[in-house]
Amino acid sequence: MPVIWRRVLIFAVSLLPLLFIVYKTITNQLGADPAKAIVLFTGTWAFYFLLITLLVSPLKRLANQSWLMAHRRMLGLFTLFYAIAHLLSYLIFILGLDFSSFGSELVKRPYILLTIPAVILLIALGATSTQAMMRRLGKNWVKLHKSIYLIAILAWLHVLLQVRSSYADAVLFGVLTALLLGVRLYWTLRKAQRR
Amino acid sequence: MLIKKPSDIAPSEITPESIYLARRDFMRGTIATGVLGAAALSSQHLLADPSYVAADAVNKGPEWLNTQIARAKADSQKLSETLTPFEHVSGHNNFYEFGYDKTDPAKKSQKFKPHPWQVEIAGQVAKPGKYNLEDLLKGINLEERVYRLRCVEAWSMVIPWVGFPLASLLKRFEPNSNAKYVSFVTLKDSNQFPAQASSLSTIDWPYREALRIDEAMNPLTLLAVGLYGKTLPNQNGAPLRLVVPWKYGFKSIKSIVKIEFTERQPKTTWSQLAPDEYGFYANVNPNVDHPRWTQAKERRLPSGLFSPNVIPTQMFNGYADQVASLYTGLDLKKFY
Repeated sequence: MPVIWRRVLIFAVSLLPLLFIVYKTITNQLGADPAKAIVLFTGTWAFYFLLITLLVSPLKRLANQSWLMAHRRMLGLFTLFYAIAHLLSYLIFILGLDFSSFGSELVKRPYILLTIPAVILLIALGATSTQAMMRRLGKNWVKLHKSIYLIAILAWLHVLLQVRSSYADAVLFGVLTALLLGVRLYWTLRKAQRR
Repeated sequence: MLIKKPSDIAPSEITPESIYLARRDFMRGTIATGVLGAAALSSQHLLADPSYVAADAVNKGPEWLNTQIARAKADSQKLSETLTPFEHVSGHNNFYEFGYDKTDPAKKSQKFKPHPWQVEIAGQVAKPGKYNLEDLLKGINLEERVYRLRCVEAWSMVIPWVGFPLASLLKRFEPNSNAKYVSFVTLKDSNQFPAQASSLSTIDWPYREALRIDEAMNPLTLLAVGLYGKTLPNQNGAPLRLVVPWKYGFKSIKSIVKIEFTERQPKTTWSQLAPDEYGFYANVNPNVDHPRWTQAKERRLPSGLFSPNVIPTQMFNGYADQVASLYTGLDLKKFY
């Protein structure tokens, strides 16, 4: 399949979660508390896309699937997209755009506060994701984009700090994040040893 | 012609406003009890509230309970707040024995068997033992009570329960003077409660809750067997659950199999699991935040998207008149 068709296909598939939640919303299928359902859904998908993006380079190396590299940028941008949707739906649907209560929530709740650096970094990565920015930033581009690892850890802490009745989500996201970051750490250490 | 000037009315003769306004309440009350009180709940369903019709459609209670519920006395002091529709009352539940999602209880409670049912009475009482639900309810006059329900997660509903004061049941077992607390236990059976089998659960099953004896004996404290004029749906805690309207919802334990009178304060599920987040008392209190969110406001469900139905939370969930005196001298910031 030519790269352009793959691009169109991945773009369309990545939009499915959004279409799904919009459909559920307009057909009134989100129950008594649609605000919470939407916030949870968009947040979960932001984390899934983050994990899928992080899976691209290990797949290239382990399974020789290098064609995926051409689509990593789009996957990363969808991570940003769902993360912003998560933040906006919290601000609009839960807080009703009451920014003073957002301020006080930020100060009091560490699990919300730690998402701020994560969101700022995600926006920075999105803004510098173009070819032109890659060229302009040179070596620094790679350094900057390694902050995706920090974002993943912050996102996992965001989930962990909200554990209430079940560890299921925290364990699921924790194990996947640990695997994806762990394999990179392993490779880095091995490379350092060989030198 | 002599025009007689009316004599001045002495201030003492004037009926104070509060009393003549109270007369209106009295009249309204008489009319309500006269019209609605005499008519049992069964005929009230005809008043075409779609939620009563919907509850009827899913009702699976046994004949004896259906009959008893149909005879329940209507609530004469109904709240003026809008009732939460049946589909949300029965579709948005925290009942972790069935699963962690709000929709799990409705989906995964089909196999649950609330009848026949037994409740064990134990502890500091003259008459302990295992009782059939049918025997426990014998001779009890059920009544409808419309209560606010405030979840600790900052959402709330208004629900027409059918039940009876817990006090009337407790007194029958003749608790002795050592009975300082009443504890409640939910059924433990992973065949019926699938999530009890999960190894990732943070909860040590069975679910336990408890009240101080004076809280348990307060006339507001209800044991419910129905809602919207029918037996409780499984996901709402069938066949027998507690309703303590001035406390966060998790205190209102569901599917009760054991009631025990104790001398010491019993251990309760949430207060053991996260003591900094959930206290033994768990009284609704807008001034004491949950560590992860504010309790000053609540989303009254159903809550729309673009204009969330956010309302201020009231002290003791609006029942301060009836219960504040239970806590005189108690530091509610410390004993949350």
